[in-house]
Amino acid sequence: MKSNQDTTHFVAPIEETPLLATDAVKTDQAPLSLWADAWRKLRRRPLFIVSAVMILVILVVAFFPGLFTQTAPNDNCQLANSDGAPSPGHPFGFTFQGCDVYARVIYGTQASVMVGVFAVIGVLIIGVTLGALAGFYGGWVDSVIARLGDIFFALPLVLGALVVTQLPFFRENKSVWTVIMIIVLLAWPQMARLTRGAVIEVRNADFITAARSLGVSRIQSLIKHVLPNALAPIIVLATMELGVFIVLEATLSFLGIGLPGSIMSWGNDISAAQSSIRTNPAVLLYPAAALSITVLSFIMLGDALRDALDPKSRQR
Amino acid sequence: MKEAHVTTSDVTITEAGTPADRPLLEIRDLAITFNTSNGEVKAVRNAHLTIMPGETVAIVGESGSGKSTTALAAIGLLPGNGRVSGGQILLDGEDISHAPEKRMIELRGNTIGMVPQDPMSNLNPVWKIGYQVKETLQANGRPSGPEDIAKVLSEAGLPDSHRRAKQYPHEFSGGMRQRALIAIGLSCQPRLLIADEPTSALDVTVQRQILDHLEGMTSELGTAVLLITHDLGLAAERADKVVVMYRGQVVESGPSLELLQNPQHPYTKRLVESAPSLASRRIQVAKEQGVEAADLLAPAAVARAADNVLQIQDLRKVYKLRQGLGKSSDFAAVDGVSFDVLRGTTTAIVGESGSGKSTVAKMVLQLEKPTDGKILFDGVDTSLLKPSELFKFRRRVQPIFQDPYGSLDPMYNIFRTIEEPLRVHKIGNKASREKKVRELLDQVALPQSTMQRYPNELSGGQRQRVAIARALALDPEVIICDEAVSALDVLVQAQVLNLLADLQSNLGLTYLFITHDLAVVRQIADHVCVMEKGRLVETGSTDDVFDAPQQEYTQALLNAIPGAKLMLPPEVA
Amino acid sequence: MIQFILRRLLQVIPVFLGTTLLVYFMVFALPGDPIRALFGDRPPSEAVIAALRQQYNLDQPFWVQYGLFLKNLFTFNLGVDFTGQPIAATLGRVFPVTVMLAVEALVIQAVFGIGFGLIAGLRKGKIFDSSVLLASLVVIAIPIFVLGFVLQLVFGVYLGWAKPTVGTDVSWSTLLLPAFALALVSFAYVLRLTRASVIENSTADYVRTATAKGLSRPRVVMAHILRNSMIPVVTYLGASLGGLMGGAIVTEGIFNVPGVGQKLYQAILRSEGPTVVAIVSVLVLVFVIANLLVDLLYAWLDPRIRYEK
Repeated sequence: MKSNQDTTHFVAPIEETPLLATDAVKTDQAPLSLWADAWRKLRRRPLFIVSAVMILVILVVAFFPGLFTQTAPNDNCQLANSDGAPSPGHPFGFTFQGCDVYARVIYGTQASVMVGVFAVIGVLIIGVTLGALAGFYGGWVDSVIARLGDIFFALPLVLGALVVTQLPFFRENKSVWTVIMIIVLLAWPQMARLTRGAVIEVRNADFITAARSLGVSRIQSLIKHVLPNALAPIIVLATMELGVFIVLEATLSFLGIGLPGSIMSWGNDISAAQSSIRTNPAVLLYPAAALSITVLSFIMLGDALRDALDPKSRQR
Repeated sequence: MKEAHVTTSDVTITEAGTPADRPLLEIRDLAITFNTSNGEVKAVRNAHLTIMPGETVAIVGESGSGKSTTALAAIGLLPGNGRVSGGQILLDGEDISHAPEKRMIELRGNTIGMVPQDPMSNLNPVWKIGYQVKETLQANGRPSGPEDIAKVLSEAGLPDSHRRAKQYPHEFSGGMRQRALIAIGLSCQPRLLIADEPTSALDVTVQRQILDHLEGMTSELGTAVLLITHDLGLAAERADKVVVMYRGQVVESGPSLELLQNPQHPYTKRLVESAPSLASRRIQVAKEQGVEAADLLAPAAVARAADNVLQIQDLRKVYKLRQGLGKSSDFAAVDGVSFDVLRGTTTAIVGESGSGKSTVAKMVLQLEKPTDGKILFDGVDTSLLKPSELFKFRRRVQPIFQDPYGSLDPMYNIFRTIEEPLRVHKIGNKASREKKVRELLDQVALPQSTMQRYPNELSGGQRQRVAIARALALDPEVIICDEAVSALDVLVQAQVLNLLADLQSNLGLTYLFITHDLAVVRQIADHVCVMEKGRLVETGSTDDVFDAPQQEYTQALLNAIPGAKLMLPPEVA
Repeated sequence: MIQFILRRLLQVIPVFLGTTLLVYFMVFALPGDPIRALFGDRPPSEAVIAALRQQYNLDQPFWVQYGLFLKNLFTFNLGVDFTGQPIAATLGRVFPVTVMLAVEALVIQAVFGIGFGLIAGLRKGKIFDSSVLLASLVVIAIPIFVLGFVLQLVFGVYLGWAKPTVGTDVSWSTLLLPAFALALVSFAYVLRLTRASVIENSTADYVRTATAKGLSRPRVVMAHILRNSMIPVVTYLGASLGGLMGGAIVTEGIFNVPGVGQKLYQAILRSEGPTVVAIVSVLVLVFVIANLLVDLLYAWLDPRIRYEK
């Protein structure tokens, strides 16, 4: 079968494929760190632009509600207006108690956003610290923290909140801060688990070993080398959890174990509007829409961040 | 289930029916384009090659040459964003470059088979091996009972195949997994087998066994083979014809030996000069003809009268492996290793995976504590160093690791990476450190603008040079190269090895070079230590070990170098 | 394999003990008079207080209390609620309803989540994928009670396709609407997880090899891509049970389903601390066992795990 081998010796003309110097450095492009690369990608994505704009608007509303409505929300609650239809100056109509729905929605932004933001900060502080220590040092530190996390995991969020709010401390004190505390207490294990996984992935990399053979101490290598490389998934989860916690607060308020009724929040308003759902569903739907849009913008941002920070899509 | 497809040429292997003068596979002017986020990229331009029935043809090239892409196009397995944008792929006269998927499914398995590169990731971890063979046989209309499966596996060199068929891939060793893949690739007796770097992920001694077996099977079945490899020596040894690709084009092709002895194109000439297996063979041939070693190797390799900078005595490292509940067993990764390293020379530790060579390196770097034995640096026992002394000691020994994509922190730009050792040891001030970084970049032949860049913007070879610059920052005396060039392309590897040799002669460095590649050792090392399963099997000067190996294992390693038996003209390296 | 099961069991027991201990501790062991605290603003008569004190063994040392609590838990001696009815009997009535609801929800979220996720992952970047992704984000953003109300309004009242409330008419079909509401949030996560797995596995080496062997595309998708993508999804489905339990409280409230969630909610409204603790403990037990089963399922799906240390 080998009798008809092709024995021609072909050589391509040199001009067709001129030889390049071996392994020359490209000097034309600007330097590109992970964050610069991510920013470049994000700028182009409509998902990011829309969610970023929405978040900015929401933050402004939360901090400066007075800019958006002249009506002080609790002042003009006249029962005569109960369940009233929209009228000039009161675009969303009135609640069962005669309060201006629009004003309540605007002023309710602050509580919800505060709960989301501070709960995430708390979860980051506790979850990232414990997760990083567990992932980096391993051994018994890891086992203890993992078991602790498992115990909290076994208490699903709402159920756990139900139990925790039975405690006398929480029964007597109901405020934005207690709700934040409850959420942080129940949600830290997920962040810890994520951080632990990210840290474990990074700690075996050669550049960590290289740092150690330079003389960098273990804790320093954790802070200066491991954590910066583990940040990407943490940031993504934190952004998404901001949204999830806002929904959680609303659910807790709905069940009566969240914010006290005296604090204006979307969750409380939705809960109060249950009774008039058949007659005037708008009263429930406006705060619900505000809530959903806020949460949606945060989780959209988280999604966009995840795509932008994905190491597999980095430019080589 | 595929329908039987009848063509004028018969599918089964008989001499009759297949016209022996028509090429089985003919690629003409092939162009392949990829749709990337940066626009369209032409990965392959004007490629052409011819394979006659039963012939073995090798495509040789570095990464980015388009060799894999061309072969994958022949079996219709280009990734989603790639397409054939010009030219033809003629299989037995039929143009399959734009054939419908249905036709390609018919052809795959029983007309064109494939053996991929990495045995671990190419077998589905959740299905048993026997199942993965069975579904191949079934899809191609072959008998697929337990007996047939066992036969396919045992023909590929897997004994006890009935039992093996019931096991999962992670229960096999690397070599066994590759045999399973070969079994699957040849199970339906294809006329053409595409072998994509079939042994590069395996240990050296296993490589030769598997390639021999593959050669045996394909010649028995009359299968033509398209072998893709980066190793010119291996290509010449195994193939009748070699095709050299560079930057997407075929730059030279012809009968293998002629190409090696008389390369025409400048790129081929570069490859022939730099391929370690060929270079090592050339030195061997020269020695056989009486040329002196001193004339062949770089002057820095000549041994000076020098002291031992490093002395390893009876080094042992034992790990405890947990097995199930409560039990544990001892695993000796390093078991009584002793050798000396002369200042200013290169000592290579050679071994396959599991030999313990990397563990020895880690202990010398003080990253792991020896269970027993001593490491003397400049006469001082390193295990007796206090933490502050250990910190200073680290300045004298620095590592370079294998994986260029993992040895630099992706978050640090190059300047910070090279500066870090100076900062950690509080050397100089900001201005003097910057000056030093610039000097180091010059020493490793990287432009100054590299300082602002990040690792992901550099190629593998460039990253290794940054790693070398970082290693040199503290003015060390000894550098441990742990497989420092194993992940690099041939020409880049040669470049880095030359750089290391220059640095050694300019700075008087001592290298401890860990590698599995004996061919590289031949070119750069003065002394060799051969390790197997934690023990030091043989040690001596490079000449002694290569010319007169004492141990069987050493001889096996030497035999495993591809191209060991080629007839090459001697040349000064 | 046996070793793996044993090891998992050994890990689960301390977790279960730890969680129930935490629950018990929080309610009964903190300073102050727990019995009075349990009742909050509406203290009952002295006789009831004394009976409860004895029932909960509050005159005993803490560990004895906890031990007795556990023993009671496992012998289904869960005490009585404030109307005098034995909690265990009540649970026996309402549990099956919630199980039906949860099973329906689980099936809905698994089938639709995996199905849509698979198609979205295979057609990455195309219209179906982008719209499904956006829709899943919207679903996650809307609180479950709002979704429940909206579904109830649209399908129950306006369109009349289903009964808006369940009440005593408990059956697989009447539970369909509430199960749908319950499944919605987790469905979004299942979809996204499946999609991400499918995308990752589609470009895996072994998928390319499977195609190179000559297998048809449907076979490659089912036996290789989907099969391997199921592994993380299965784990998530187990964890989602916890979310289902929490969501059941809300859903049963909205749709008036006589299940565990409704009972729990009533107990909360009436500040019946002991009842809350009893029900939550049982639910935790169920959750822990379910997760154990999911772990075993995971080991069956991924043979590599069985041999891990």
